[in-house]
Amino acid sequence: MIENLLDPVILFFAMGLLAGLLKSDLRLPEAIYEVISIFLLMAIGLKGGVQLAKTNIALILLPVGVTVLLGLSIPLIAYPILRKLGKFNEADSAAIAAHYGSVSAVTFAVVQTYLERLLVAYEEYVTVLLVVLEIPAIAMGILIARMKTRKHTIDYGLLFHEVFLGKSIYLLIAGLLVGWAAGPERIEPVAPLFFDLFKAALAFFLLEMGLVAARRISDLRRVGLFLIGFGILMPIVSAVIGTLFGYLAGLSLGGSVVLATLSASASYIAAPAAMRIAVPQANPTLYLTASLGITFPFNLLFGIPLYHWMGAILYSMGG
Amino acid sequence: MEKKKLVTIVTESILEKKIAKDVLRLGAHGYTITEASGQGERGMRSSDWEQSRNIRVEVVCDNTIAETIIEYMAQTYYEDYAMIVFVHEVEVVRPEKF
Repeated sequence: MIENLLDPVILFFAMGLLAGLLKSDLRLPEAIYEVISIFLLMAIGLKGGVQLAKTNIALILLPVGVTVLLGLSIPLIAYPILRKLGKFNEADSAAIAAHYGSVSAVTFAVVQTYLERLLVAYEEYVTVLLVVLEIPAIAMGILIARMKTRKHTIDYGLLFHEVFLGKSIYLLIAGLLVGWAAGPERIEPVAPLFFDLFKAALAFFLLEMGLVAARRISDLRRVGLFLIGFGILMPIVSAVIGTLFGYLAGLSLGGSVVLATLSASASYIAAPAAMRIAVPQANPTLYLTASLGITFPFNLLFGIPLYHWMGAILYSMGG
Repeated sequence: MEKKKLVTIVTESILEKKIAKDVLRLGAHGYTITEASGQGERGMRSSDWEQSRNIRVEVVCDNTIAETIIEYMAQTYYEDYAMIVFVHEVEVVRPEKF
């Protein structure tokens, strides 16, 4: 746990968080933030694509299936908790549930660097699972909201455009395809930029994410204690399910830690945009604060080592 | 110089494409969109995070089209989105453009 907190990537995040809480005027210029986020998404995709080129596609069918199931089931678990225990209205509950089923690509990048630092092996194709997990939960959230609340006319063209052609999914898929088509040898010339500099870029990006998260923390007073607790406990519940699913799908320990972290992470780019279009009556302050102000920092600082520990226990029992 | 109406809509950037289509469909001949930030009833809308960015849409048009746009915005978006709409009287140099 302490070891994780001393990783430079995590320390950069903590420094950003601190700067935000102390109201420092530190701020990355918007264009730089954009460039780094594009770089990171492209690099995550590329890395996964190159690995995918070495993998037998038939091997990933079961993990992909399990991941879709995860994406559909997490919102179904989260919704009644938010609705019955949290007393949120239907729209807010459905929107928050969708965020917790969907994923955060940056959290994924952090768990990858975490496992690489500890030399824990994981399946090369996990990036595919990241892409796969992003969408079903959003669809499920929208479905719940439409069943439970007054019907809005949804502009489906705009919704699909935001979800599939939004920057985050498009770049991940584009990176995967480029990496897969080019293969390990042809990717070599671009490797120094995309792979060798990856961790430094991630650290830089997390400095800014710390600032963004800190601004969300000032909204905590407005969302109430229940949502704060939910933002910490729900990822743990999801991670337990993710670990079990990973184990049952035959993933290695490393692979199931990645799947657990993916399940635990909450979206803050694709899901908010989709919810704003499809479930506009839900309050964005609630889902953004929970996902960005609570769950994202929790996963980075404490969640990932916790999920690793959980996985290690399960795998040592199961052999 | 001829008198026209300048309708200004300040709202969430997620609505950019929809509103651009709306105003043209409702009869305006053009629009101008800029990024904006500020604070209002729905909290701080700072431009630092993609999901809470604001835009400001400006449309110069005839009185009747201005009224149609205002009415449509109120009906369609007021309930669920952060949005304000206001109107100025303006004088335009080349009336045939609007």
